[in-house]
Amino acid sequence: MLLLALDTATPAVTVALHDGSRVVSESSQVDARRHGELLLPAVDRVLADAGLRLDAVTGVVVGVGPGPYTGLRVGLMTADTFGLALGVPVHGVCTLDGLAYASGIDGGPFVVATDARRKEVYWARYDDARTRTGEPAVDRPADIAAEVEGLPAVGAGALLYPDAFPDARGPEHVSAASLAALAAERLAAGEELLEPRPLYLRRPDAQVPKNYKVVTPK
Amino acid sequence: MADSRDEPLVLGIETSCDETGVGIVRGTTLLADAVASSVDEHARFGGVVPEVASRAHLEAMAPTIRRALKDAGVSAKDLDGIAVTAGPGLAGALLVGVSAAKAYAYALDKPLYGVNHLASHICVDQLEHGPLPEPTMALLVSGGHSSLLLSEDITSDVRPLGSTIDDAAGEAFDKIARVLDLGFPGGPVIDRYAREGDPEAIAFPRGLTGPRDAPYDFSFSGLKTSVARWIEAKRAAGEDVPVRDVSASFQEAVVDVLTRKAVRACKDEGVDHLMIGGGVAANSRLRALAQERCEKAGIRLRVPRPKLCTDNGAMVAALGAEMVARNRAASSWDLSADSSLPVTEPHVPGHSHDHDHVHEVSKENLYP
Ligand SMILES: [Zn+2]
Repeated sequence: MLLLALDTATPAVTVALHDGSRVVSESSQVDARRHGELLLPAVDRVLADAGLRLDAVTGVVVGVGPGPYTGLRVGLMTADTFGLALGVPVHGVCTLDGLAYASGIDGGPFVVATDARRKEVYWARYDDARTRTGEPAVDRPADIAAEVEGLPAVGAGALLYPDAFPDARGPEHVSAASLAALAAERLAAGEELLEPRPLYLRRPDAQVPKNYKVVTPK
Repeated sequence: MADSRDEPLVLGIETSCDETGVGIVRGTTLLADAVASSVDEHARFGGVVPEVASRAHLEAMAPTIRRALKDAGVSAKDLDGIAVTAGPGLAGALLVGVSAAKAYAYALDKPLYGVNHLASHICVDQLEHGPLPEPTMALLVSGGHSSLLLSEDITSDVRPLGSTIDDAAGEAFDKIARVLDLGFPGGPVIDRYAREGDPEAIAFPRGLTGPRDAPYDFSFSGLKTSVARWIEAKRAAGEDVPVRDVSASFQEAVVDVLTRKAVRACKDEGVDHLMIGGGVAANSRLRALAQERCEKAGIRLRVPRPKLCTDNGAMVAALGAEMVARNRAASSWDLSADSSLPVTEPHVPGHSHDHDHVHEVSKENLYP
């Protein structure tokens, strides 16, 4: 087994190779505005570090979010297309699950929260590092403060809003290495992973910008 | 003639607006032109909603690539390159196509060519009428652009002579259709009504046609306002709006200016060919009037069939094939989507540095 994992649902552009028992190589860069530019070079680097070519990969693992849409799609479109070109399966993993897995928190319950911008967080509750309870949601921290009261909270979304998450801790962003390890564990256990489709959790802003189709620089 | 199998086999991906296009060409021969459009999802908003378009591109990409390969009857491993629209266009929408193209080229171990959307609109005519004459004068008109471009070499030299200073021609069609309650997009429906109307019924203004105005620039904002006011006045007076005459007179004002300026540019620059592309080139009156005026001026008109005028992947593949044929530098893996890629850059060549040094690369390090 050789899994290529990638995630672009948080400010991190993160890529890892996992051989079923351990992480072979990995790369993480934090730059929320350059997912598109950074991802392919990172894949290239991770493969080169392992002395492997992409066609050695037997499956692709991708973080399906939730996350800011533009960056999120870079990872999903890349994973989707690798799957198409290589003829290998593409597995989706909830990005928050990757963070929960990486948190190292043994018991629960706890919360994972990432930055959803617009003063909101993407978040979910966990019983333990492998077990999410309920679907991920997007909310204003103040609106869920009572619900998460007294719980440890993992991720940049928690660190950003200490009023709602007084017991906030790292890691800030997901790493593809933990995503891959979680996926490898679930696949080995014969579990079904998610379809590689995005978790947007919000409807698109249905606004036609002024001069909506003007693409010629003036 | 060279064996056509020697010509480059290129797959092109276009996602600059609301069409997910994947085309495959061999040299100047069209093999496949698969398009998935999200236009219906935008109709109720009266214009393209960027986030709706981006979401639709992500869903449509893999099926559209599969369909294009099947239609062309070729195998992905036989491709000589992958081309993609790097800009200009909607930033989020472009990024989906660029991500797909990079992943596809990387996985197949093929060169990647990030190309310019506007140059692709010109180059697509090679699929219809054979190699472009050099130089080529091109009038590009769509919902996103209205420009006069002069190209000596479509892979390296595209010069803008003029463009719209406010709205694109296609935008004016959409706006007037909205005022007339005809729905979105406005181009085809206005064309249809105009066929039964009198183009001289109402004298709408011709923007930027005065002796001191920029000879090759366009302006459709004033026309748009003038038509809207005329309609509102009719309504305020409790009279019926003559939709056919309004459509015909408005359309005539647009295509009169477009063709007049294009023909003048050809004469001034001594170019004996005019190429018209972009979605508005599907307009029947534009085609007819351009034909008439070009004939009178001794200019050969080249307009691709309507399906090749609107945004599609075949046009991107056509320009990509030309890049391969002329040995242009491929793009690098850190190619970015550039929503305002200048028309003067037909493609985005990679830099000479190793990937390890990409952070050091500035504009000056790029190939010319
Ligand atoms: Zn276009």
